[in-house]
Amino acid sequence: MKGTIPVLRLGDILLVTVHIDLEDDIAHVLQNDLLVAIEKHGSRGLLIDISGLDMVDSYVARVLAETGQMAKLMGAVTVLVGMRPEVAATLVRMGYAMGGIRAALDVEDGLALLGYQLRPV
Amino acid sequence: MKISILSHKAMQITSEDDVVLVRREVRALAQGQGFDSFATAAVTTAASELTRNVFVHARSGEVDIDVVSDGRRNGLRVTFRDKGPGIADIDRAMRGGYSTARSLGLGLSGSKRLVDEFTLQSIVGTGTTVTFVKWKPF
Repeated sequence: MKGTIPVLRLGDILLVTVHIDLEDDIAHVLQNDLLVAIEKHGSRGLLIDISGLDMVDSYVARVLAETGQMAKLMGAVTVLVGMRPEVAATLVRMGYAMGGIRAALDVEDGLALLGYQLRPV
Repeated sequence: MKISILSHKAMQITSEDDVVLVRREVRALAQGQGFDSFATAAVTTAASELTRNVFVHARSGEVDIDVVSDGRRNGLRVTFRDKGPGIADIDRAMRGGYSTARSLGLGLSGSKRLVDEFTLQSIVGTGTTVTFVKWKPF
């Protein structure tokens, strides 16, 4: 394995932060890992934080969108969070607006979208 | 318009890992030329799409990455060359939605929208050459 991306559990939500330049096979491994983790933990929500990516090409975009569709079939809601402005601009200019997937500004907004309340300590 | 070449780098595409290596090189050159983050993302993404196209369709090929100048401004010129099967219906491929197993069919049409100049030459049974230029935004 060239690199693995840790998947965190927050109650019934899974949080994954993609911070490396995604190679094609790593994107695919991540997709499988997330689906297996949803089943294992009975997760209702999946947050994918891509704020660390300065480039998302059509392959990675497709893997992300398909992950959302697959998770949906399993009963989990996926929220893509933190997409950078230049990534959003590039995807839409290419003709791929990822219309099927929910998005939020950041992890906190994404958690709120999934009904997860952050309480003060 | 006379184009001069300021620097040249040749890379080989022989595996899927080269998709990342080529886009890293293109990203570094774009940033080095002072491209803003939007132009850098555009040129890096286009390079990623076209490198993957070479690998998926021809299994191997070459990339030339040049920093060029037209006398007024600098830009990146990237050429992708393969000896793959070629494209029978270029118009259809350029319209997009001409999907293969590993893409959205946006590799060519999407890349073209991200750059300033885009040329494609393809001969069935001989191979395909794609060249794009992205000028540094003023």
